[in-house]
Amino acid sequence: MKRHLLESADLDRDDATLVLDTAAQIDQALAGREVKKLPTLRGRTVVNLFYEDSTRTRISFELAAKRLSADVINFSAKGSSVSKGESLKDTALTLEAMGSDAIVVRHGASGAPHRLAHWVRGSVVNAGDGTHEHPTQALLDAYTIRQRLGRLEGVRVAIVGDVLHSRVARSNVWLLNTLGAEVTMIAPPTLLPVGVGSWPVEVSYDLDSVLPKADVVMMLRVQAERMNASFFPSAREYSRRYGLDGRRMALLDDDAIVMHPGPMNRGMEIAAEVADSVRSTIVEQVGNGVSVRMAVLYLLLGGNEPA
Amino acid sequence: MSYLIRGARPYGGDPADILIKDGRIAAIGESLSATGVEVVDAAGLIALPGLVDLHTHLREPGREDAETVETGSRAAALGGFTAVHAMANTDPVADTAGVVEQVWRLGQEAGLVDVVPVGAVTVGLRGERLAELGAMADSAARVRVFSDDGSCVSDPALMRRALEYVKALDGVVAQHAEEPRLTVGAQMHEGDRSARLGLTGWPAAAEEAIIARDVLLAGHVGARLHVCHVSTAGSVEILRWAKGRGVRVTAEVTPHHLLLTDACAESYDPVFKVNPPLRTDEDVHALRAGLADGTIDAVATDHAPHAVEDKESEWAQARPGMLGLEQALSVVVEAMVETGLLDWQGVADRMSARPAVIGRLSGLGDLSQGRPLAPGEPANLLLLDATTRATVDPATLASRSRNSPYAGRELPGRVVATFLRGTPTVLDGKATR
Repeated sequence: MKRHLLESADLDRDDATLVLDTAAQIDQALAGREVKKLPTLRGRTVVNLFYEDSTRTRISFELAAKRLSADVINFSAKGSSVSKGESLKDTALTLEAMGSDAIVVRHGASGAPHRLAHWVRGSVVNAGDGTHEHPTQALLDAYTIRQRLGRLEGVRVAIVGDVLHSRVARSNVWLLNTLGAEVTMIAPPTLLPVGVGSWPVEVSYDLDSVLPKADVVMMLRVQAERMNASFFPSAREYSRRYGLDGRRMALLDDDAIVMHPGPMNRGMEIAAEVADSVRSTIVEQVGNGVSVRMAVLYLLLGGNEPA
Repeated sequence: MSYLIRGARPYGGDPADILIKDGRIAAIGESLSATGVEVVDAAGLIALPGLVDLHTHLREPGREDAETVETGSRAAALGGFTAVHAMANTDPVADTAGVVEQVWRLGQEAGLVDVVPVGAVTVGLRGERLAELGAMADSAARVRVFSDDGSCVSDPALMRRALEYVKALDGVVAQHAEEPRLTVGAQMHEGDRSARLGLTGWPAAAEEAIIARDVLLAGHVGARLHVCHVSTAGSVEILRWAKGRGVRVTAEVTPHHLLLTDACAESYDPVFKVNPPLRTDEDVHALRAGLADGTIDAVATDHAPHAVEDKESEWAQARPGMLGLEQALSVVVEAMVETGLLDWQGVADRMSARPAVIGRLSGLGDLSQGRPLAPGEPANLLLLDATTRATVDPATLASRSRNSPYAGRELPGRVVATFLRGTPTVLDGKATR
């Protein structure tokens, strides 16, 4: 592994597989144990530096670090020196001076973790930057697919929704491609970036035609506010054309699974009957997130051998 | 003081001596002799007319921490310039005779280059109503170029009126071509790289749509239009078409758009954030070709100094703009001369003669800029050592700011001396004041 995890585009097949295998070993090691804690990162300090509210991602990283026995500091931009105008660089140098070994950063600006990595000596983990990447989400998604379907090579993944604004979509494109899966993006043309043609994916505007051939359907969160900028005419029209409801779910293969990075807009991109069905991996994804983030922190801070 | 420049090669031609007396070129020829003159050994150096920049941000008044008229003038002189147009987006905005006269006077006091103020087209650069263009034209600053640079005059009716109105002033509207509704939140060129980097795209069409509209308007009312920092292949095509139809349009390209591409954004280092953004290889080649064939008239630096804290940040938070004055000629040598696209006459034309004509600086008698190297002309000239290459170190720049996109890059050429009306502003590569 490299020193930082900034983007899944950085991960080669060996790195990515090592993370997934390490997460599986951690799962096994902790299975059935009363005390779900490993001593691996005792004495190390992990800072969660969050410039955007994201309770679930922060808690997931916090749990991951604590289960590895690291000390965890949560630094939220709100109500801190940041809201008084401190620069990202000064904040980073301050945290490092206090002895942080790793900074887990969530930021609204694409590339902020890259800048951070330029300024600090410790490890930087990207927990979501703007509309760029969210690599641990892609890793936990890949982990979940492998767990359910037993493989990633040749798996056909349909990613549906607001690709333009989605860091989850970008991270999944690169990681799934690295791991041998075949990705199709389905979205209204307004929510696909100009330049998507250079990505290693198929593109479709028609969800119904893709579903029968998909092993995995990954639904992206779509914010209703996007309709105010004319990305689509109305929430209802979006839902009719690109939402996953019971009728569409019936088009899927028997073994196909439905994923969502959360938080969901029930009734918008995904119907309740789909979200709560046996195909849905949404709750598993949350649990796997902790294991995968433990693996990432372990590999960046602990060592390069599997646990 | 009189000077005898020995052995320089005017426009890269055969070596000749240049005698400078009373602020003018007295003679050019072989083995000139004169008494009571200071001799400058210029063996092997190329002599060119002093450069004229149509597009410089000197930041004074308002952001003297980033640049002042004096520090920017020094940077300009070191880059071989003898005149720079100072853009109007200062604080307060240069939209009155008072502000343009202040900038002009500061330039006179610095005395390193002719600082030619640009006047705002609209009050406060807000794009709502015309500033007092006539008052600025009639002021001591003698404004002829009007621009809301940084903002586009996007209202088509207002743009039409501005184009018409400046006809009476022998002026020109220099448009920052950017349709604002198409560039909300834009961070970099929209294309493959922006898609991957997750940075909001600045589509080429947002520039081209405004240029297409403006050349039609300029043609319709028979006014002069100048297009700032052209950055796309499509813009070059539109300009070529408009010139073919006889529209009185001129255009400039920056050094950075001739050399750098959107690949620079992959570092997320905001030193490469600029407006209009760095484009693709294809655009770079089209811009070079357009400059070579004259579709693009001039190289203009868009020198945009920024304080460290405005650049050492996340990409989206950083201000757009990059330094340009001190490396402009070197970049043109690399992009245009070493590639065989322009000879030294061509460099002089695109960096001195044509920009001076566009800014109406070439017919001012003793105060003229952009005149050829010839006896009787004002002695505005530079001496270039084109044989050396050096790595750019921002710490050594004369600008008060450090946001050079060329940091660590090796570039050809070094300005050894610059003369402004017969007085050296740079000698031995160092500013004289």
